[in-house]
Amino acid sequence: MKIHEYQGKGILAEYGVAVPMGKACFTVDEAVAAAQEIGGQKWVVKAQIHAGGRGKGGGVKLAENLDEVRQHASDILGMTLVTHQTGPEGKVVKRLLIEEGAPIQDELYIGLVVDRSTQRVTVMASSEGGTEIETVAEETPELIHKVSVNPQTGLTTAEAEGLATKIGIADTLVPEAGKLIQALYQAFWDKDASLAEINPLIVTSDARVIALDAKINFDESAMYRHPELQDLRDLDEEDPDEVEAAKFGLNYISLDGTIGCLVNGAGLAMATMDIIKLYGASPANFLDVGGGATTEQVTEAFKIMLKNSNLKAILVNIFGGIMRCDVIAEGLVNAANEVDLAVPLVVRLEGTNVEQGRKILAESNVSVISATTMADAAEKVAAAAAGV
Amino acid sequence: MSILINKDSRVVTQGITGKTGMFHTHHSIEYANGKQCYVAGVTPKKGGQVVEGVPVFDSVAEAMAATQCNVSVIYVPPPFAAAAIDEAVDAGIEVVICITEGIPVKDMIRTRDHMQGSDTILVGPNCPGVITPEEIKIGIMPGYIHRKGRIGVVSRSGTLTYEVVDQLSKLGLGQSTCVGTGGDPVNGLKHLDVMKMFNDDPDTDGVVMCGEIGGTDEEACAEWIADNMTKPVVGFIAGVTAPPGKRMGHAGAIIAGGKGTADEKIAALEAAGVSVTRNPSDMGKLMLEAIQG
Repeated sequence: MKIHEYQGKGILAEYGVAVPMGKACFTVDEAVAAAQEIGGQKWVVKAQIHAGGRGKGGGVKLAENLDEVRQHASDILGMTLVTHQTGPEGKVVKRLLIEEGAPIQDELYIGLVVDRSTQRVTVMASSEGGTEIETVAEETPELIHKVSVNPQTGLTTAEAEGLATKIGIADTLVPEAGKLIQALYQAFWDKDASLAEINPLIVTSDARVIALDAKINFDESAMYRHPELQDLRDLDEEDPDEVEAAKFGLNYISLDGTIGCLVNGAGLAMATMDIIKLYGASPANFLDVGGGATTEQVTEAFKIMLKNSNLKAILVNIFGGIMRCDVIAEGLVNAANEVDLAVPLVVRLEGTNVEQGRKILAESNVSVISATTMADAAEKVAAAAAGV
Repeated sequence: MSILINKDSRVVTQGITGKTGMFHTHHSIEYANGKQCYVAGVTPKKGGQVVEGVPVFDSVAEAMAATQCNVSVIYVPPPFAAAAIDEAVDAGIEVVICITEGIPVKDMIRTRDHMQGSDTILVGPNCPGVITPEEIKIGIMPGYIHRKGRIGVVSRSGTLTYEVVDQLSKLGLGQSTCVGTGGDPVNGLKHLDVMKMFNDDPDTDGVVMCGEIGGTDEEACAEWIADNMTKPVVGFIAGVTAPPGKRMGHAGAIIAGGKGTADEKIAALEAAGVSVTRNPSDMGKLMLEAIQG
């Protein structure tokens, strides 16, 4: 699960991480009032969307008086912000963060991830803040310093201060920076985060260490034990079809092709997308109906796929294991009768009770193009989509 | 022979009184030597019951003392599954196969740390399990698609494994053992560990490995194959069409920070001499060619 920058900073502040004074706003008037309340001579108006690269896209602006706050707030609120992470369609900005302008002296980077190879949390720090860390990792990997954290001890003071020193923080500020990095680790660990990035972490000209940005993602599997985080979810930032699918226990991701895919199992679903591409067509979605899909789930899956106006054909690829093919076939027939199936449907069933499943489809009134292997299915669905 | 499990394995089901545990224990007992292999179940506070014909104990330690079980399979719900792995490890179980999907990553970090210095092998979590065809099935895979034979299969996903097994069986290529390593980022056996076992197994002639986007397990395996593998390997990597930053079902299947793409993995495997196909329908055929090679 992703949250907004201001929400992330709220969590970090609870753990004692220094963040700029700021306030989330939903209207231009709120933004001006927030700037007045914060005081000072400089403010930053920041678009709040779940994607990085906001500055480059024009979603972060510096204001030197309240008129400029008003101007920037009205420009940014409601704009469609396009960044390298939003895709070409962009994201409409519905929330702003108004913050005090901080006198930046140095821009640094701190990131935390779950490292699969060490099976621990890794804290990464770099003197090269403010830029994309992937670029730093590629061009100057020696400038990224890492600590693999022992889950029993947590990030120690020595480790945190060691990182602070390595990224060039002045000796007098190292204890403060060390505490901040430790607090960040503690927030990550306590809240079951899967990724946290402070880019940039800044040292100000008046010698403070502040988290100027905050990106935190959480482990979906652990959300059952964090009811306090559920309130931070912003459904506006998520694909409505994906949200709808999740309500029915379906794992759905929108893509930009024309072939709808309904598959059981994530690996097979990816392989199905790949083979569609191999045969010259392109998948409209990833959809894993899981190991025990019901008729209701299959029906909903069809409804969600059919909402897509780019859809030209649907490929159902089921390898029945625990899930029996006859059950899936019945679900397909029911679903096809309930929704208006306006595109060709190619079905490939294999596995448990496959003969009964094929028979149910053959005897139904649903127009199905049946396929034997995955290759056969992909070829047929590509042809059907092309109108051949 | 085979790897990890065989007809002499003595299995305890952790979470046997739950719906899933009961269902899959039932089907596993019906498969091949299941009746002899499944000797115990564990559910705290339910000791003394008999489920699917096997005695239930309060703890793995009690089950071991009474039945000498040496392999455990876990169907415990996600909030308690990592603790169930710890319990099996502490009791000294040799192989722990965790089927449970959705265990918090933090719990698995703690469990993997807890396992340091232990001899227990963990398979999973979030995996279909392990099967040595016509001997023993431990997990949720459909037993009947498998044939006894000499091809090893290792994969991160469930139904994609069934797909490759089905292709192999239909071509007359039976399997020595099929191992699902699971779709989670922090887990037990990786491709590399299983590949080494297959290389050492005198009754395995070749290996099909199915990988997917995310992490660098396949790259690590490829590096080892290049210098050490003495048997033909056929590979397929799922997720060539997956966009970066989107989690494809499995918690571990995500291209993050430009790393873990299918193309990188395919290139690494090809460089290691693995026959890689981009067509998941051709995995079996490619193995047949490699064996007849």
